[in-house]
Amino acid sequence: MRVKIISPEKTLYESEGTLLQLPGIDGSFELLVNHAPIISVLKKGVIRLVDKENKELKFEINSGIVECINNNIKILVQ
Amino acid sequence: MANLKEVRNRIASVGSTMQITSAMKMVSASKLRRAQNSIIALRPYSALLSEIISKIMGDDTDLSDSDYGKKKKLDKVLLVVLTSNKGLCGGFNANIIKATKKRVEEIYKQDKYIKVDILSFGRKSTEFFRKQKGIEFAGDGDSIWDNLDFEHINKIAEDLMNKFKTGNYSQIEIIYNQFKNSASQIVTDEIFLPIQTPTKQKDKKSSSEGNLIFEPSVDILKESIIPQALKNQLFKCFIDSFASEHGARMTAMHKATDNAQGLLKELKLSYNKARQAAITNEIIEICSGAEALNE
Repeated sequence: MRVKIISPEKTLYESEGTLLQLPGIDGSFELLVNHAPIISVLKKGVIRLVDKENKELKFEINSGIVECINNNIKILVQ
Repeated sequence: MANLKEVRNRIASVGSTMQITSAMKMVSASKLRRAQNSIIALRPYSALLSEIISKIMGDDTDLSDSDYGKKKKLDKVLLVVLTSNKGLCGGFNANIIKATKKRVEEIYKQDKYIKVDILSFGRKSTEFFRKQKGIEFAGDGDSIWDNLDFEHINKIAEDLMNKFKTGNYSQIEIIYNQFKNSASQIVTDEIFLPIQTPTKQKDKKSSSEGNLIFEPSVDILKESIIPQALKNQLFKCFIDSFASEHGARMTAMHKATDNAQGLLKELKLSYNKARQAAITNEIIEICSGAEALNE
């Protein structure tokens, strides 16, 4: 699945990913391949991302919005 | 005929002024490039944000019942004015100040009991409006320009939103220079709050994505995305103004450097003429002296 993480100042990440753990407003949740279309709000926390080579990446955010449609994940963060 | 020494002094002073203006031009050019980069960097964010907003809002674009969309009776207006801390940038600051004064008069003409406050970002407008009588000066945030990033704007935006929500102001407007290109800026008066209902685009594909899950709920999503959109709008205004400032300064300094070059050329010509005249004079004197001895 394609993951794109964008902040107002720059694009933080744009590549393939296999697992995405997000700090949802009602608790942490994960997105895997073929997730149903969703739009959700994120709170302050850490985004954990596992990319194709099984490497783990972390992004700290203050708030954000995630959109996942047809394995296309776009995250707006601050 | 101009005095030789005088001309020489003027040449030296014009030359050093030219050096300063061309240095300032180059500094502004590099700052402009940075500002333009941040405008470009913001673009994907803005695009995606408005895309998500249109998905969340769906057909219901009426925002008048939300905290930030309520249209209230116009009784207290806040004008947020963006100028620069430093001068020497052509009409950049003067245009904003003129537009602000015009807007204040317009509001008073509408209803003279409306209270108008001014919040200034930029030393130039701060100095001006502090001295003005009859205009309430709400405060300034000149230091923002030294360190322009989203975090600082975040705080300002939250502050403004709070003031609107609690009823301190019934309308907040931003007056700033919109960045068109490095040579032209457009003075813009934008209504920040209450939120302007987004112009409804005829979306072609919205129906195909009708089965989106909204987590936790559409209302909470709306509530959290509206402040994001506002912050984004404010940030855009600030970086636009920043880029405009450096664009304006670059153009102004370019013109000044050109002028100095023209002036220098003229001065050099008159210097050479004066020098030639002095030499001719000297030769005439020597010749006539020799002539007198021969006789």
